[in-house]
Amino acid sequence: MPHRPISERRPMPSGVPSSLPRRGVLALGAASLLVLSRPRAALARPSLEAALAAFTGGAPVHDGRVRLDIPPLVENGNAVGVTVSVDSPMAASDHVTRIALFNEKNPQAEVAVFHLGPRAGQARVATRIRLATSQTVLAVAQMSDGTFWASRASVIVTLAACIEDLT
Amino acid sequence: MRPRPRLRWTEVVRARAVVLALALAAPAAAEPVPITPAERRSGITFAGPQTQGLQADDTANPGMLFVLDGAQLWQAPAGSAQRACADCHGAAEHSMRGVAARYPAFDAASGAALDLSGRINACRTRHQDAPQLASEEPGLLALAAFVGFQSRGLPLAPPQDPPMAAVRKEGRRLYETRMGQLRLSCAECHDALWANRLGSSPITQGQAGAYPIYRLEWQGLGSLQRRMRACMSGVRAEPFAPGAPEFIALEAYLAERGAGLPVETPGVRP
Amino acid sequence: MTRTLVNVPKTARRGDVVEIRAMIAHPMETGYRNGPDGAAIPRRIIHRFTCTYGGEEVFAADFHPAVGANPYVAFSTVAIESSTLTFTWIEDGGAVHAATAEIAVD
Ligand code: HEC
Ligand code: HEC
Repeated sequence: MPHRPISERRPMPSGVPSSLPRRGVLALGAASLLVLSRPRAALARPSLEAALAAFTGGAPVHDGRVRLDIPPLVENGNAVGVTVSVDSPMAASDHVTRIALFNEKNPQAEVAVFHLGPRAGQARVATRIRLATSQTVLAVAQMSDGTFWASRASVIVTLAACIEDLT
Repeated sequence: MRPRPRLRWTEVVRARAVVLALALAAPAAAEPVPITPAERRSGITFAGPQTQGLQADDTANPGMLFVLDGAQLWQAPAGSAQRACADCHGAAEHSMRGVAARYPAFDAASGAALDLSGRINACRTRHQDAPQLASEEPGLLALAAFVGFQSRGLPLAPPQDPPMAAVRKEGRRLYETRMGQLRLSCAECHDALWANRLGSSPITQGQAGAYPIYRLEWQGLGSLQRRMRACMSGVRAEPFAPGAPEFIALEAYLAERGAGLPVETPGVRP
Repeated sequence: MTRTLVNVPKTARRGDVVEIRAMIAHPMETGYRNGPDGAAIPRRIIHRFTCTYGGEEVFAADFHPAVGANPYVAFSTVAIESSTLTFTWIEDGGAVHAATAEIAVD
């Protein structure tokens, strides 16, 4: 893996407390400058609503039928377990065709789209996602009749994903 | 994923700093006392249910990918001798069972203590005519995870021979020595403050039986020395060099103060 | 060397809904990080995962950079026949990684 020791290069490795000012805060100052000078991700991010509309083609999204299981508080945003289950008989005539996951505050709103059908037997998928900060996660299911159903949940992330550069 | 979290992180750092300042100011720093055997607890018992679930389920534990990798390397001829680990050691399930539980151990040939990675590297140079693998190199981590995995569930049982007693003594001295700009010893956090939380994250007893671990923050596997380096930079100390005798001594003392806890390799930590 | 870990029950009764788990060792480099030289590290992720059963696709997923390193996915399928399940992971740039598993159905 190319992820060689990055935390050692960070001003303050995670989990290890600092005693106030010192280098950590100074380094954070520098980091904010860095953000100002490289705003591409921050400014370019399309909204959750735009990503959702791209998925649904603008069709209305109803509340219900979707269950989104995600821990309300996670220790690290790099691998947050998510399970989505949808209330559906998964029969040839009535089943889930797609399940999409979106987030509110990562650099990109889309997380994943799962394609399934009656051969799944049940509408339930699980994966692990990155959350850059505390935010809302949205799960949307498309049914074989073309309707869309959704559920959302908010997650508090105590240690955000991907916050450190390798510099 | 860069921009936003920086602010959050400042908050976390501030919160932690305040708690630590309180914690450290309070006890007027009585000398930390070693944890009694009955009190010993693996770091996984402090982790959230999600992290615990990851470690417990071999089909979900990302560390298992590295164990599988190690299983392949175990069979692969290497070095100019073109010998595989398996050519000499046979099935690891038998030959390596219990081995990781008693490392670091004294190596008569070099007259020094070796940790498991050092022992694996010794086999590479002595028996495979292959160059040493650098610390944190994926192949070395994978082999260490694979060999460690063969001892999973067995209690840590550090060897009691006199040379190792001397190494452990040095390890304990280092463990109790204040270091870095923050003037904190390992003991002050892991023996004296382990029941506390720093901000939202717990301080554990600093037990070492789960290594190499898959750390969510690293998004990969890392060694015990990498974890210790992070602790040392955390207190603004210059970390020892990878493989340095000081690290081996610390590892030997960690094994002693964790004796009886089960090997968890590959562990998962936040 | 690609490392994958798939979990499929070895046996099942016809009509059972079986759970399948698949994981691959991959950094899922987001494209949003900087390297030691300050330059952005290019995105390199697994962007597509598929599972076929007896040659027919029963599940697929599109991944974005927000899917965690060493991507993991769990899903289900109905056991209909003894056959091979084939898993493929497609990386940015087109590299394809594959794994298979057998299921015996009675
Ligand atoms: C300022 C407090 C502090 C100091 C000093 C400190 N550590 Fe840590 N250490 C932590 C924190 C916080 C963690 C991460 C959470 C945890 O496991 O405790 C950690 C983790 C560890 C772990 C991993 C535990 C596990 O279950 O994976 C080990 C081993 C460890 N430290 C050893 C050491 C050693 C050896 C030293 C001295 C060289 C040291 N630490 C110094 C705070 C400290
Ligand atoms: C040519 C034979 C040979 C090969 C190849 C070899 N070893 Fe060894 N290994 C030995 C011998 C002999 C010892 C006993 C100590 C010594 O003489 O170095 C040993 C000891 C060990 C030990 C310590 C066992 C204990 O009980 O303390 C470990 C761990 C180990 N080898 C791992 C490996 C790994 C991993 C590989 C492949 C990378 C490997 N060995 C390749 C011959 C070999």
